[in-house]
Amino acid sequence: MSPQTTPIADTAQDLELSERILAPDGSRMPNARLDAFVADVDAAQLRALHRDMVVLRRIDAEGVALQRQGQLGLWAPCQGQEAAQIGTARALDPQDYVFPSYRETGVIYARGAQPGDYVRMWRGEEGAAYDPAALRVAPLQIIIGAQTLHAVGYALGIRHENAPEVAVTYFGDGATSQGDVNEAMIFAASYQAPVVFVCQNNHWAISEPVTVQSQYPIAGRAPGFGIPSLRVDGNDVLACLAAMRWALEHARSGKGPAYIEAVTYRMGPHTTADDPTRYRDDAEWESWRDRDPIARLEAHLRASGDLTDEHVAETQAAADAVAKEMRAACLGMVTRPPLAVFDGVYAEPHTGLERQRDEYAAYLASFESEA
Amino acid sequence: MTQLTLGKALGAGLRQAMRDDEKVVLLGEDIGKLGGVFRITDGLLDEFGAARVIDTPLAESGIVGTAVGLAFRGYRPVVEIQFDGFVYPAFDQIVSQVAKLHYRTQGRVKMPVTIRIPWAGGIGAAEHHSESPEAYFAHTAGLRVIAVSNPEDAYRSLRQAIASDDPVVFFEPKRLYHHKGEVDLDAPLADAPPMGLARVVRPGTDATVLTYGAMVGTALQAAEAAEDEGIALEVVDLRSLSPVDYDSVAASVRKTGRVVVAHEASREAGLAAEVIASVTERCFEYLESAPLRVTGHDVPYPPAKLEKYHLPDLDRILDAVDRVLDRPHSLTGADA
Repeated sequence: MSPQTTPIADTAQDLELSERILAPDGSRMPNARLDAFVADVDAAQLRALHRDMVVLRRIDAEGVALQRQGQLGLWAPCQGQEAAQIGTARALDPQDYVFPSYRETGVIYARGAQPGDYVRMWRGEEGAAYDPAALRVAPLQIIIGAQTLHAVGYALGIRHENAPEVAVTYFGDGATSQGDVNEAMIFAASYQAPVVFVCQNNHWAISEPVTVQSQYPIAGRAPGFGIPSLRVDGNDVLACLAAMRWALEHARSGKGPAYIEAVTYRMGPHTTADDPTRYRDDAEWESWRDRDPIARLEAHLRASGDLTDEHVAETQAAADAVAKEMRAACLGMVTRPPLAVFDGVYAEPHTGLERQRDEYAAYLASFESEA
Repeated sequence: MTQLTLGKALGAGLRQAMRDDEKVVLLGEDIGKLGGVFRITDGLLDEFGAARVIDTPLAESGIVGTAVGLAFRGYRPVVEIQFDGFVYPAFDQIVSQVAKLHYRTQGRVKMPVTIRIPWAGGIGAAEHHSESPEAYFAHTAGLRVIAVSNPEDAYRSLRQAIASDDPVVFFEPKRLYHHKGEVDLDAPLADAPPMGLARVVRPGTDATVLTYGAMVGTALQAAEAAEDEGIALEVVDLRSLSPVDYDSVAASVRKTGRVVVAHEASREAGLAAEVIASVTERCFEYLESAPLRVTGHDVPYPPAKLEKYHLPDLDRILDAVDRVLDRPHSLTGADA
């Protein structure tokens, strides 16, 4: 990335300065830095990326619907960020380990999440949504930026063992203001940890625009920590895939951490509790709608004759089927019994908590003796 | 048995834990070549190398957050926070991450992180170097909190904390780092009493003084002075602040019927309040008088020249003992 010292209030300019492979109209642009990383990607793989993004958008829409219908306490939509999430996550090897934020629905999808995994936490059934060891994804993190340090610590372990793995952490533009994210970059650089930082700059941290977080392109900070970075068009799935392959190769080959800023846009609210009409103007939203990541890849595939109406219909049907499974898993969840509230606080017996559990069990039992 | 200072006993405990389990790694500021500002980690870099004795950047949240990631990878990180007052920048990582990950994941992710904190006052230190933050951590579900008071305990409890699959906040009274005591370096860990147990340090029949850390010594001095007046104080070292060993505490209270709780930390919402509430719930019918607290004042830790007015001393403990015994006491000069 070339240094840029001007403020970045103009989001259109922001995007134009990013690395890309697919233009917004779907045409392929030469990119000297990234092309080599996706030279092997053929039409079938492109169709698979398209399918992933369509399925993810459908999962996301279902999450919003389930929340609106009172089935989830909250949902954090990722509409608009499909390319950034799918493109980067599809570059990972199975043994790599991901430390995500709460918005990474597409990342856990790409890591093999099961239908209930998307909603278990938001429904309030469990503190974490899935088995971290099975997906090799840490629990979704709600504290902003805390997970970046966890990724660095994990990467320290990888380096210690000389294992061919990489730790990856996802966070948003708002997180870059947090001390933890900056500390993570310092620790990562100091120990040359095999970790990849993926910042999805979606332009809004609830109601705070990215200009409140940064007066300088976010990817431009990483070199100051001694970490090479790339700034990519986050709505270009091919550019995201290529950039992530670059970053992973860099980290895996012992060269230390790498940093990607995927410049994208959160089309929906921060969460279902948020009302973006209070702080965001329609023109900005519409300008980003014209850069829809799914439409872009679809246009590209249509132009090359690699996507037919039949394909699109099949993909949409597959997405609907996934959403249906997700809904069924959500509605079929059985809440654990009352004493489960005490389960798993400690790994070993804790007399204080055991006493409370016993007291509560006796209290509950008193209702049974009444009946 | 070997004569060791509390500081050396802690160092020996770390060394043994690292020899026992290669997954034990240390992280902290200045813990490598310098051996830590209190020299607790002295010599460990030479024996175990920089990959296991990790000098870190000066960022407490970073140190603890990195330890969380190492635990995800199957390590047993032992973190040194340089001084008690420096733990606050790491507070979020400790209470929101270290404490909760096991619960959030229904036990799928273990957090065997030990957080060592040189702790509390009495050494004439600069601001932020004499804090007693134990109540914050004892209040947090998912953490265990240990406070040691002698070399033998330090050596054993530290190894137990590191071996535990739960996270442990481990308080080391820096006032006692140079105090010597007998340590059995070869005693098998499996034979040691669990680290959660309280211990009667001095048996007595007239009143129970419950305390921990460096205040154990102060309480013992008070007990000796009381003996001159014919009063037999029982001194109990809580040793574990989460969980508190209420079985042992209650056994003592049932014997004496009178309770004083002493700690350096300030009073409001402190450990003494919790201990007295629990004692009252469990032993109300055995109590001969209202339990009393002897604590630091509810002020920021004072400047070094004033700390002697803040820290409970044996006279303040004895004054409280007089009051729980319904004896004439110094505050009013009259019967209670």
